[in-house]
Amino acid sequence: MNTREKILEAVLKNQPASTPLPDIDLFKGDNTELVQKYIDVFKTIGGNAVSADDITAVKMFINQNFDITKRIVTTVNELSDNFEIISDTIDPHTYADVELAIIKAHFSVAENGAVWLTDEVMGQRIIPYICQHLAVIINAGTIVPTLHEAYQKIGLGEYSFGGFIGGPSKTADIEQALVLGAHGPLSMTVFIIK
Amino acid sequence: MSQTQTHAALAGAFIKDEERVDWHDGALWFIREKRDKASRQIPEWEQLREAASQIKSNVISNLHEYLLQFEANLKKNGVIVHWADSAEEHNEIVYSILKAKEINQMVKSKSMLTEECGLNEYLEERGIEVINSDLGEYIQQIDNEPPSHIVLPCIHKRKEEIGELFHEHLGTEKGLSDPTLLTRVARKHLRNVFLTRRGALTGVNFAVAETGEYVVCTNEGNADMGAHLSEVQIASMGLEKLIPQKKHLSIFLRLLARSATGQPITIYSSHYKKPRKGQEMHLILVDAGRTRQMGRIDFRDSLKCIKCGACMNTCPVYRKSGGLSYHNTISGPIGAILAPNLDMKKHADLPYASTLCGSCSNVCPVKINIHDQLYKWRQVIVKEGYAANTKAMGMKAMAWTFSSPGKLTTAGKTGRWFLHNAPFVINNRFNPWHKQRDMPEAPKESFGEWYIKNENEKNK
Repeated sequence: MNTREKILEAVLKNQPASTPLPDIDLFKGDNTELVQKYIDVFKTIGGNAVSADDITAVKMFINQNFDITKRIVTTVNELSDNFEIISDTIDPHTYADVELAIIKAHFSVAENGAVWLTDEVMGQRIIPYICQHLAVIINAGTIVPTLHEAYQKIGLGEYSFGGFIGGPSKTADIEQALVLGAHGPLSMTVFIIK
Repeated sequence: MSQTQTHAALAGAFIKDEERVDWHDGALWFIREKRDKASRQIPEWEQLREAASQIKSNVISNLHEYLLQFEANLKKNGVIVHWADSAEEHNEIVYSILKAKEINQMVKSKSMLTEECGLNEYLEERGIEVINSDLGEYIQQIDNEPPSHIVLPCIHKRKEEIGELFHEHLGTEKGLSDPTLLTRVARKHLRNVFLTRRGALTGVNFAVAETGEYVVCTNEGNADMGAHLSEVQIASMGLEKLIPQKKHLSIFLRLLARSATGQPITIYSSHYKKPRKGQEMHLILVDAGRTRQMGRIDFRDSLKCIKCGACMNTCPVYRKSGGLSYHNTISGPIGAILAPNLDMKKHADLPYASTLCGSCSNVCPVKINIHDQLYKWRQVIVKEGYAANTKAMGMKAMAWTFSSPGKLTTAGKTGRWFLHNAPFVINNRFNPWHKQRDMPEAPKESFGEWYIKNENEKNK
């Protein structure tokens, strides 16, 4: 008997009589004032939420607030005149020097500030983690109240890799002192398009 | 740290530094308070805990079916599946995967399972260097110490000590102890590690049977930095990490970070499903005692644990004795109910490292009856003959005293007489209850004596 069979046999032998799954479809969030709630929560986790009328406003904000002499990459086609479009075929290591990455999220979650990204909008999986600063564009109308609505939206998902990102990377491992910028981005800006 | 020392002896050493103990106690209580604040913002918090507990009961009672479903979906997704019965077999599998690709350096994100398996030591003996990339675990690794807390690996260390370690290992200036500056140094150093390692290993927080994907939660982004830059990505998970359906993630991700640190969600909740183009993805399903724990009716619910650490932060014994005193990878109340399953003799002392106050059970996001299990383990340990002699003798003496009212009255009288007339007989170093505390002042009479006197006066 190989290990797999041995383990499965032990599981079968020791598992108790089946108990039912609870009905979790009753869990629902509050659908009111989602934009304001999202902004409030995102600020408390060290993020920077910016309301913007359109992509031109995003461009202006980036030009004024980031060092555009450094490498800025994006998967947003409307920004291709100004910034480098991410290639999904080159070695991910070549993105080690990215200062700012600008990507679009599918939606975001009001209760925890997180945005939902899949490899399709990341361009490459490493992008939102390796950049020094991360900027994410969301549409105000896509904000959901809680993770319950978020997973309804995601469904089974066609992605190969997906992730929630809720703020700049952080650590409090040294004496519980909060430090933004552990291994991932030092800052995270979310543009909320009305 | 000697493995032969008991929790009491190791805790005794830890509490010698009173200033450190007070700091440790306060730091963990602060996190417990953050957890309280976060949980109270969710009106349905208790229903979430109940749902999480029920989902985990369903997992334990249908694990066979879920494992088969998960395995089939992993394969469909292009992930190579391995099964390991023991820590040794797990380590062999990791080694063979790396060896086949001629990889001799690996970066690892937080994984209590691989700590439990002694993976780093195993690989290092075979010429493979492993670097722990979670900042707290990295600090523990360069200091040659295991993590003292599952979420906050170096919570027992002061920043000056970390500065000294960085001075020695990373060449920082002597006396540097600012947490931001130290973190920046580690960021720079570990970034180079991520960029040069072809192999990366992560733990698993949740694995979804329905889709064959697994979720890894971090705040630092270290799991993603390692995995997305690697040629070979390995995930190690205990069998109990499975959940049935994708939508169940909403329950667990709402509970996990709020219970752990009071955050609404960890910064990164990464859903790994298929390998990148040109990348190899492996997943190792590890038993290492879990099916045995499933068979222990009183203790199987310990497998519901989602490793949030809330029971540690709230535990008065953990906060005052430090995680390393538990001489087990998983410390604190949950560690004390998991460890005896792995080695009852070695960990016979751990279920006694508790006041049975029940606070652990009250904060547990999956409603494990931790304090009941601690109490039950004590009974198993005594029955199996693993209780310390002093404990067994003490219990026998107590049973004898309590067996008749006459003996109890005499014992009470004797004790009170000594505390009043010759306190040095009790307040001395031979009495373990006198350590770090004075014995209470004894009343002049027992309740029984007072009651009889009072009744007599009433009847006069």
